[in-house]
Order: sequence, then C-alpha cells, then structure tokens
Amino acid sequence: MTIERYVAPETLEEAAAILSQGGATILAGGTDLMPQVHSGKLKFKSVLMNIRRVGELQGISMQGGMIRIGALATVTDLLTSNVVREKLPALTEAADQFASDQIRNAATVGGSLCNASPAGDVAPPLLVYNAEVELVCKPDSGMKVRTLPLAEFFTGPGRTRMEPNELLAAVRVPVPKAGYVARFVKFGTRPALDIATISIAIGGVKKGRALHEVRVALGAVAPVPLRAALTEAVLEGKALDAGLIDQVAAAARDEIKPISDVRASAWYRQELVHNIVKRMLTDVAQG
Amino acid sequence: MSLKVDISFKLNGVARSATVPVETSALEMLRDALGFTGTKYGCGEGECGACTILVDGASLNSCLLFAVDCNGRDVVTIEGLDAEPKAEAVKKGFVDKWAVQCGFCTPGMVVQATHLLNQNPNATDAQIRRGIEGNLCRCTGYVKIVEAIAAARDAAPREA
Ligand SMILES: Cc1cc2nc3c(=O)[nH]c(=O)nc-3n(C[C@H](O)[C@H](O)[C@H](O)COP(=O)(O)OP(=O)(O)OC[C@H]3O[C@@H](n4cnc5c(N)ncnc54)[C@H](O)[C@@H]3O)c2cc1C
Ligand code: FES
Ligand code: FES
Repeated sequence: MTIERYVAPETLEEAAAILSQGGATILAGGTDLMPQVHSGKLKFKSVLMNIRRVGELQGISMQGGMIRIGALATVTDLLTSNVVREKLPALTEAADQFASDQIRNAATVGGSLCNASPAGDVAPPLLVYNAEVELVCKPDSGMKVRTLPLAEFFTGPGRTRMEPNELLAAVRVPVPKAGYVARFVKFGTRPALDIATISIAIGGVKKGRALHEVRVALGAVAPVPLRAALTEAVLEGKALDAGLIDQVAAAARDEIKPISDVRASAWYRQELVHNIVKRMLTDVAQG
Repeated sequence: MSLKVDISFKLNGVARSATVPVETSALEMLRDALGFTGTKYGCGEGECGACTILVDGASLNSCLLFAVDCNGRDVVTIEGLDAEPKAEAVKKGFVDKWAVQCGFCTPGMVVQATHLLNQNPNATDAQIRRGIEGNLCRCTGYVKIVEAIAAARDAAPREA
C-alpha cells in the first residue's frame, strides 16, 4: 500500500489517537524501517507516523525503585547514561557493542524491541534485569496503559504481543538489589557493525560464592530472545566452583535448539554458548 | 505517485524548504533534489558511512534517515562543516597525512571525525579507531586516516 498521510505528533495522546483510527507504520530512528522498505520486506500502511517528536517517549530517569527508559532513548543515550552505567552495566556493555556511532545515534530502544529480531542486542540484558514494557493505546476517549514482562513480549521473529493500536512507550527496569552482578557478551566475527552470532546475558545476586535469583538470557539461538530456564535452575544458589560452571555450560548448550544460517551452524552456536557461558561464570566467580 | 510532504529545516546554517516524497531518504534529497553531492552514496544500508551527516549535532547515516524527519532540524553536510570547531583541523590533518586516495570515503570520514573530536577532544588513538568503525575505506588501510584525526586532535585550537 502507498502512504496516504504523514503525521508527526508531539504528544503521546495524539500518537495513540492516530493509531486507534486504523493502521499506521510507526517510524522512530528508521534504521530497521528504511532497509526493510528498500528490500521489500516491509509494506507501508496508509499512514506513516513519525513518533520522534513525542516528548513523553524520550529520556532515561529513575522513578521510585524503577529505571524508566523512554522508547525513543537511543543506543547512544544508553551508552552515555550514568544511571544505566551504575545500575545496569550489562546494558551499557550491550550498547557499547552495538553497530557504529552513526547507528547508535539513531537507533532507539523501542525500535529495537518492536523490531523483535532474535539477535537484537538490547533484549538479553533487559531480560536479565527483569524489564517490563509499557504499551499505550487510546481505544476510546481515555488513554490505556498496560505493562507486560519483556519475557512475554516476543512471539517470533519480527512479532510481538503489541496490538496494532498500541505503541511501546517505555521500558521499565527494577533497580537491581545490592550485590547484583550481571554480564553481557556478544559474539560476532568482528567488533563493529556485526549482527550477533549468539549473545548471552547472565545476572544474579552474589552471596558468598553463589548466585541467587539467577536469570540467563540468550540471543540469536531461537526465534525470539529467550530466558534459559533449565540453565537457570542448574545455576541457582549453588557455589560457583569449576564443577558447577561445567554443569551450567553443558546445560545451556543442551537447552537451546538454534538454527544453521549464514552466520553459523547450529553446532557452532551450541559450542559458542557452552564456551562463553563457562568464560562468563568463571569471570563472575573470580570477580 | 507517492505522497509529497513540505518540510523546512536548516541546511548548513541556512533556512531551506523542500517538498519530498515521503519515503525518500535524506541522502537522496540532499544529492538529487538539493544538489549537495559532497555526501556520498555507498551502500544505502548503514554499513559504509560514506553518507554521514550531522543532524542536531549527532552524526547519522543519511541513507537511513527519512528526509521528512529533517523537518525543523539542523542539518550539516561536508559542504557546511567549516562552522564546526574542529573541521578545519580535521581537513588539514587529512591533507598533511595523505589520508585520501580515491576520496570516496573522505567526506563521510571527515564529518564523522569532526563529530568524534567535538564529542571527545582528547580522544585516544584507540577511541579514534572505534569512532570511525562505521566508516569503510577501501583504499588507505585506515592507518593514515587515524594519523590524520590524531593530528587534528593535537592541533592547537583555532583562534577565536
Ligand atoms: C548497519 C546496521 C547495523 C545494525 N547493528 C545492530 C546491532 O549491532 N545490534 C542490534 O541490536 N541491532 C542492530 N541494527 C538494527 C537496528 O539498528 C536496531 O534494531 C534499532 O534499535 C532499531 O531502532 P530504530 O529506532 O531505528 O527503529 P525503526 O526502524 O524506526 O523501527 C523498527 C520497528 O519498530 C517499530 N517501532 C519503533 N518504535 C516503536 C514504538 N515506540 N512503538 C511501537 N512500534 C515501534 C517500527 O514500526 C518498525 O517496525 C543494525 C541496523 C543497521 C542498519
Ligand atoms: S550509504 Fe549510508 S552507510 Fe553506506
Ligand atoms: S580513500 Fe578510497 S575509499 Fe577511502
């Protein structure tokens, strides 16, 4: 379909009202949208709505015990935010490994999550930090907000539980407890401008030699970025010695069923996950 | 027929207006509609950095930017870069260090290098290499380019 109308609302309410009138293609940084339009992967709806001027969607702030990351926060905003660096260092790490300076300056957190690539770099750390997404719509005269755990948001490559009349307003992350440690590793063939072959985020509260309230999230090993529940169960609450680290690494390798594609074979992805989980936990045990 | 949208923005310090097809990139608008051909088309998909411009002070790939999204913003291309504090030193660095061979990557490199030094005037050589990781050069092997940017970093600030 060709675009019949272009709109650039300045408030969230206006944006939600436009969505409630029927289909609109949402434009944020455009770094996914533009290539997808050119390759024919994406067909525009009749309205193109540029949300970049909506003030409520910007910025990163602390609100009570939560860190609120506006949908329009760019990857550069993540990388330079002191709150993120201090409280969510694995997210800073993911931002640091993201594409290039030019892409980081344009790419938004909301765009990354809504694009729902299994290899998206911001999802694994946000899953480990137990993030939730704030979805907004305006079905009638009033605005409606619902929150959904990020772990339930993705349904497949490029697909999410967001309804056509909704937009993602923000990601909210509970401030991690004292003693919380988290790590993120992205594996690609070169440091810059590479889509992850696999990515891993691990986090938990370190007490003595053990990690508690453990979460492990994996990217590019399944149709969606996912939590590795079986691996988490092996790791939870036990002393991080060499034997346990081997068990956890093996559990992670056996839990995933990745595909073979241009970036790597399934076997190679499983080996990567095994070896990198081992390296990450060894680092956590020593740190 | 695609929808056309009227936009107005600042281009290299001068107010401009344009009527652009809604799905056009800023790169196509700059080169084909406005005649600012200093900004290059390399890959069209964010990989090479030949199309780098500054928008509201941040460097972006103009091939990924919708032209309509320039509305109300401050756009700087290689043609207008001299207004940026570090631009002159960066250009001199590229000349002095022989950092140009075919020259196709040069406008994007110079814009990105200027942005890099604006953000971080004391960037280390390692930070310079990381700062240009979104810019490909098929000729120089990057060594001379990094030297050029380091020379710009070390140059005395321009007289006010
Ligand atoms: C050269 C290149 C390198 C890249 N490298 C990486 C990388 O290293 N790691 C990585 O993770 N990604 C990478 N990407 C992918 C891309 O940059 C990210 O997914 C980016 O975060 C998308 O954000 P955006 O604002 O540009 O989204 P857009 O392109 O504007 O939008 C993406 C999708 O999300 C929808 N959308 C956007 N915002 C909202 C919202 N608030 N509510 C509802 N729907 C919304 C849009 O309709 C569209 O479908 C790369 C892309 C390119 C071109
Ligand atoms: S032309 Fe824009 S990055 Fe290559
Ligand atoms: S000088 Fe030829 S591409 Fe860089």
